[in-house]
Amino acid sequence: MTMTETMNNKAASVSFRNVTKVYGKDVVAVDNIDLEIEPGKLVTLLGPSGCGKTTTLRMIAGLEMSTKGSITIGGVDVTRLPATDRDVSMVFQSYALFPHMTVIENVSYGLKFSGHPKSDIRNAALEGLGLVGLADFADRLPSELSGGQQQRVAVARALVLKPQVLLFDEPLSNLDAKLRRQVREEIREIQQNLGLTVVYVTHDQEEALAVSDTIVVMRNAGIAQIGTPRELYDAPADRFVADFIGEANLVECAITSVEGDTAEVDIAGYRYRLDTRGLDVGPATMAVRPGRIVLNRDAAGDGLEVTVSKATYVGSRMEYTLATPVGELFAVMDDVYDPLDVGQVVQLQFADIGPVLLPEA
Amino acid sequence: MKISSSENKTLPVLIFWILAGWVGFAVLPWYGVEDGFFSFDWVFDGYPMDRDYAPAAFLLAQGKNLWLAPMVFALLAPLLVLRLKKSDPRYGAILLAVGAAGLAWLMAQGLAIGIRGWTTDWLGLAFGPLDSRQYGMGYGALLTASAFLFLFTQGLAARGAINGDVFVVSAITGVIAIVAIFVFFPIAKLMTAAFIGDDGSISILSFLAKFGDRRIWGLGCFSGGRCGAAWNSFFLAIIVATITTTMGLVFALVVTRSGFKYKRLLRALTVLPIITPPFVIGLAIILLFGLSGSITGFFADVFGVQPTRWVYGLPGIVIAQSLAYTPIAFLVLIGVVEGVSPSMEEAAQTLRASRWEVFKTVSLPLMRPGLANAFLLGFIESMADFGNPLVLGGNYDVLSTEIFFAIVGAQYDQGRAAILAIVLLSFTLGAFYAQRFWLGRKSYTTVSGKGDSGVHPAMPRGLAIPTFAIATIWGLFTVVIYGMIFYGSVVEVWGMNHELTFKHYVTAFSFRFEDSGIRWSGSAWDSFWTTIKIATIAAPLTAAIGLITAYLLTRQNFAGRNAFEFGTMLSFAIPGTVIGVSYILAFNVPPVEITGTGVILVVCFIFRNMPVGVRAGIASMSQLDKSLDESSLTLGANSWQTFRGVVLPLLRPAILAALVYSFVRAMTAISAVIFLVSAEYDMATSYIIGRVENNDYGLAIAYSTTLIFVMLSAVLLLQLLVGKIRIGRRGAGREKE
Repeated sequence: MTMTETMNNKAASVSFRNVTKVYGKDVVAVDNIDLEIEPGKLVTLLGPSGCGKTTTLRMIAGLEMSTKGSITIGGVDVTRLPATDRDVSMVFQSYALFPHMTVIENVSYGLKFSGHPKSDIRNAALEGLGLVGLADFADRLPSELSGGQQQRVAVARALVLKPQVLLFDEPLSNLDAKLRRQVREEIREIQQNLGLTVVYVTHDQEEALAVSDTIVVMRNAGIAQIGTPRELYDAPADRFVADFIGEANLVECAITSVEGDTAEVDIAGYRYRLDTRGLDVGPATMAVRPGRIVLNRDAAGDGLEVTVSKATYVGSRMEYTLATPVGELFAVMDDVYDPLDVGQVVQLQFADIGPVLLPEA
Repeated sequence: MKISSSENKTLPVLIFWILAGWVGFAVLPWYGVEDGFFSFDWVFDGYPMDRDYAPAAFLLAQGKNLWLAPMVFALLAPLLVLRLKKSDPRYGAILLAVGAAGLAWLMAQGLAIGIRGWTTDWLGLAFGPLDSRQYGMGYGALLTASAFLFLFTQGLAARGAINGDVFVVSAITGVIAIVAIFVFFPIAKLMTAAFIGDDGSISILSFLAKFGDRRIWGLGCFSGGRCGAAWNSFFLAIIVATITTTMGLVFALVVTRSGFKYKRLLRALTVLPIITPPFVIGLAIILLFGLSGSITGFFADVFGVQPTRWVYGLPGIVIAQSLAYTPIAFLVLIGVVEGVSPSMEEAAQTLRASRWEVFKTVSLPLMRPGLANAFLLGFIESMADFGNPLVLGGNYDVLSTEIFFAIVGAQYDQGRAAILAIVLLSFTLGAFYAQRFWLGRKSYTTVSGKGDSGVHPAMPRGLAIPTFAIATIWGLFTVVIYGMIFYGSVVEVWGMNHELTFKHYVTAFSFRFEDSGIRWSGSAWDSFWTTIKIATIAAPLTAAIGLITAYLLTRQNFAGRNAFEFGTMLSFAIPGTVIGVSYILAFNVPPVEITGTGVILVVCFIFRNMPVGVRAGIASMSQLDKSLDESSLTLGANSWQTFRGVVLPLLRPAILAALVYSFVRAMTAISAVIFLVSAEYDMATSYIIGRVENNDYGLAIAYSTTLIFVMLSAVLLLQLLVGKIRIGRRGAGREKE
């Protein structure tokens, strides 16, 4: 087996081979995906709603059975194994705490079915509650806890089973913004301390960037791109990923010459040099983050002449919509004390690092 | 570790059913014990050798009933499986084959060999004459049959059906099996009986001849004569459904769209039809409008109007049924009227529509599917009603009573009863089908779960005034009716001597303290205790089957789910009289010979009331988030443990409700029961009908009043208990408020 065996860690790999899930006759939820998840890593499935990310997660849990293909966990084929018999636990979006059981009963629930001696169960459950800082709340009912506390009970309940894989289905979507940041840091910390394999579903790109070792971006039942948060942000494969992870201006351009790894592109007359990413001379698309646009009041070298069509003050920065020869662009500037005016004509340049060509645009 | 343990988890279940099969075959009496199994007299009466009480194995050992022998192989074969792993393909294959073969043989021999040897001539021709015979199967056969069935389902599960889930596969198969035996088999028997001519042969001609009978389809009433029973039933049902729907809407409007203060009181009205035996309203109508009724007497005295029997016939039945079923329509329509989103009505108001225009153009059209639903329910209830036409029908023949007279009266014509039953069944099934498949897709009132903060606008004046007037009159009438029932029970002889007396109660319910304990000397006690006993046994079984079915329908996805749902809800649309007739036809002869016992009454109640349990279960289970089950599954519990540990505790209010309602319905039922009671097992309702037929109204009404109070206290007790059970924020008790 390929799993890394440590003292109380069974963290296992997960792999999907040509997995397809069809609901009913012809609703394809997941279309022929291949996926490798390494043990001890936190992998996020990210995508807009309806992209198949939750279905993928539920197939790991065994709550849905794949229509085609095979799924292995820790090297063992589990394709046909029902949820009960898989060593996987899951934290649900709604938490799914059993309302008629106390916190400790909820956390002990799974232990009862996995052959633990009775005497150990309570201790193991308390230990799990300690891990999420709720040891003092053992005898309360879920209804007597706040949303954030309920969330942590749900995490503890899944953790105590020391599963091969721990699954999270949009665990933060019912929390308010401040709590969300705190809980996601806690989840990441526990995952790293215990070396767990975690698969995490979210539609919030910021959350995904913050917690993941690897992000799997999904689109239309398939995988759009897999990579570390940095890779996805700095080098998106296509328009979809560029726009979904962080915002991006998609600029049509033409590659005029290629020298080694460096390409020179022409953007309505503005010449700019960047990595080729395997592209050759010809029309192309580049992605430019709003923060990587520089606006000069006075022309300074090569650039594009643009007009400010909207200017919005959002507190920490200014947001500008610009009318340019290559269409409308969106830029942000940190200088809020001396903003540009609507109608003002300025020079646009791209920052030296940041803008990239999209190989699969 | 976890995976290997689950490999062995199901073994105890397998061993249990193998053992059960052997116990049924070699320990318990194979055939039905005439004096009742639970008297245990048979233990001391020649068991295990006597052929009436012998287990199958002992019969074989004596060389008797050799046709039971092949089952030995089917019982031995599963022992081979014990050594195999569950993942071994032979494991599933053997269990499948053994279960199917055993069950098939058991059924085949049961159907082929009856009390007079071969049941059909061609079997005798094929296998030669047979001088032995057999009676109805007993608990031994029942247990062995169950063992075969569940060995079969474990085989199915091992082959991967429903993700290899033994509990779910067994539950589905079990429900299908009992519904097949106790709903579809009797109906099939009924269909066959309709084709059997007077000489015993099966012919379509005799069916057509009887089917086309003028007494069923005649249209003479349009030319001064009498119409057939089918048309009578149909006209009656249309009139009653129209009235109940209108009245239901009136009450629903009063409750939701007016400043009416005593809404809770009106809601309490909906309890009435549940606790009132169906014919009691009919009795009260007689007390009011009969020849010696109070109102008849009043008109005779004051205006000199000659008392007539006008109330016996269509008018009487219409009044009684409308009173009885208006609360049901109210119950349906209040949900519909409340379900119309207030924000739509508010939107219409802001778009300059007047209140009347809002009602006419928005509210009413949105309620239309609900109105149709209430109409169809009223139609089915009226068609199926037996009690009121029986006491009030006069010369107005309707299908349900005609069926009864065809079987019970001097005619004793099973074929005619079967044909009438088929006609009645087609009407109710047609309405049921329309309700489910035509209306099912048309409802506008979907509860989205989003809070709707709007308020329903009040009714326009032009509508409010007549609505209130009608509601008040109807409400008063209902009060008078129930008052009459109580008053009628405490007067000497209705219409003759109105002195107050408790003598009817004394006759029915007197008891004495003697040395040997309490002596229940009243004439009603026998039937009263039988009713309580049967209802008490039937209620938990009904609730259990109903809830398991509801669980399967809401939580499991399997091929044929829709057919499964239709089959389980079907018995709702089968009128009681049809059930009664078909049970007599099906269960009077082996292999299942249970007429005249208490078992048939219990079985009848279970399947008559199952839809109520299923509906209650579905309603409260759909309030439970499905992720609760799923998280239990991912935490390692199997589906049975999930059902027991998570679903059931959260359904406690629904379970209680299902228990009480099936108990109460078992006590008020009459239509099917009247065919199935026997001297030993007489039920309260059939006893009362017997009193009515002897013109002993005092006793009948006193008994009915007592029943109403018993059931009222059962329902109140339920309200009290359900009110107390509140668990957590998702507690199912919450939506009861």
